[in-house]
Amino acid sequence: MHTTTVHSNKADAPNVANQPGQANQDLLERFEAVRLCRHHFPLLRRRVNGKPLVYFDNAATSQKPQVVIDATIRYYEEENSNIHRGVHYLSERATQAYEGVRVKVQHLLNAAHQREIIFVRGTTEGINLVAYSYGRTCVGAGDEVLISAMEHHSNIVPWQILCEEKGANLRVIPINDRGEIELAEYEKLLTPRTKIVALTHVSNALGTINPVKTMVAMAHAHGIPVLLDGAQAVPHMKVDVRDLDCDFYVFSAHKAFGPTGVGVLYGVTKLLDAMPPYQSGGDMIKSVTFEKTVYNDLPYKFEAGTPNIGGGIGMGAAIDYINEIDLASLAEFEHELLDYATKRVAEIPGLRIIGTAREKAAVLSFVIDGIHPHDIGTILDDEGIAIRTGHHCAQPVMQRFGVPATARASFAFYNTKEEIDVFLAALHRVREVLG
Amino acid sequence: MSALRDLYQQVILDHNRNPKNFRVMQNATGSIEGYNPLCGDHYTIYVRMDGDVIADISFTGAGCAISKASASVMSSMLKGKTLGDAEGMFRDFRGLVTGALASEEEMERLGKLAAFAGVSEFPARVKCASLPWHTLHAALDGTSHAISTE
Ligand SMILES: Cc1ncc(COP(=O)(O)O)c(C=O)c1O
Repeated sequence: MHTTTVHSNKADAPNVANQPGQANQDLLERFEAVRLCRHHFPLLRRRVNGKPLVYFDNAATSQKPQVVIDATIRYYEEENSNIHRGVHYLSERATQAYEGVRVKVQHLLNAAHQREIIFVRGTTEGINLVAYSYGRTCVGAGDEVLISAMEHHSNIVPWQILCEEKGANLRVIPINDRGEIELAEYEKLLTPRTKIVALTHVSNALGTINPVKTMVAMAHAHGIPVLLDGAQAVPHMKVDVRDLDCDFYVFSAHKAFGPTGVGVLYGVTKLLDAMPPYQSGGDMIKSVTFEKTVYNDLPYKFEAGTPNIGGGIGMGAAIDYINEIDLASLAEFEHELLDYATKRVAEIPGLRIIGTAREKAAVLSFVIDGIHPHDIGTILDDEGIAIRTGHHCAQPVMQRFGVPATARASFAFYNTKEEIDVFLAALHRVREVLG
Repeated sequence: MSALRDLYQQVILDHNRNPKNFRVMQNATGSIEGYNPLCGDHYTIYVRMDGDVIADISFTGAGCAISKASASVMSSMLKGKTLGDAEGMFRDFRGLVTGALASEEEMERLGKLAAFAGVSEFPARVKCASLPWHTLHAALDGTSHAISTE
């Protein structure tokens, strides 16, 4: 891939340019390096409705850099074959490449062992796997599963179904008006009946970054394991599962510059070893007779059937990409975008931001008095701007804030302040068109 | 821009701001909820039938400008009409928003409904415009459960 050479072009550099000092000079140069990354994403060059695309729907899925697209194509053109089965050259190449991705994920998350990295279809499947396999063995009648009020439906429904089946209860950690977890309430909800805490690392609807390390420690003080939904965290920050000390961590490649249909469940060996398989079939067994099947070792015990090999290879390329760009600079830059957008939208009469946590990722969820988010979305689309409108698969969050839906702009490092200016002009047009 | 102006015509903006028949009906002979789970639009349509005639029709709820204006225009056009008239209008309306209505004669028949012609340029919004009609249709059919666009 192209290296992100530092190149200063101060004319359109960020605000900090006005402040003197070496530290700011460094920041400026790092931001400039980030800006150059935009060129790695071919789709960002296209036009929509006759206007240059402004892609602000990154929380739904990110765009893909050329290296990810190329790696996927190269796999199908040069290495395609099934893995873990053939003795032939291609199968070995594909197996090597695919298993190599497991090591990349291990390093990305700083997991202790390769066997703790389980490939799944995405966050949703990862959570379902844990709810099904861990949940069905460890949660019983009268037990409790604890989630927060800002979860994505994928971290609500699997637990709800489990609780219904087992006669267990789903408990919900409340959030305050900013969209932050009420830690004192959380502490009270950790009881001897609590069998697992399932919590989002970063909220897709509000942008809140939860204090997950503290929350894991609080749960562990009661001997309760914790699953973290990292769908919105992995694309934006360095995640270290051993530092967080979580028991399970899940994410989707497609929100982190990789392809759709592939993702990761990380789990600590001790728990994974004790869990029964989730799905069964080929690959997840050691030996099968009609009398008895011996399950395979980790991680294969949880990987039945031919996986999404091409997707996995693409995810590997996305991880290489993340490693090559400097995630810390990207996070700072995204924060700069969020601050800028937050300040600018205050110009729009009647606009209210939903989700004002002190620790926040680059998500700007908002409503405008008297104008439905759907209408905002249509008018912005006409200007080539892609945002998400609706409940963001988090209806309980909408209920908490008393709105039927929100409009949501979510940024990635390849977005620019100029795009936010275009977005602002379009928001003024919303007022104009809808009066 | 012009497609957008066609979508948000003055008639639609007016009905969105000041919807007609926007009230609960106490003596309704039928009522039903309709919602679009994707965007959270949610309405209840009330009707009072007098034999074959829609003696009164009203609605409550919340949603985007297109769905709200559609419910408002629909209610103002159907009051006093027969079930047969309503069916015909629904058919025309569906044709209109999916871009299947073309002839001058058909357009003429539409009256105020013609304001929704611009919707056909926005496939994502067809469901918004149709939601009140589908809901009414279910209410007149005697369906008792809430209906959904999905
Ligand atoms: C916080 C969060 N959790 C879970 C998911 C579900 O991810 P996926 O649809 O990739 O399984 C999403 C994505 O929308 C999300 O934002």
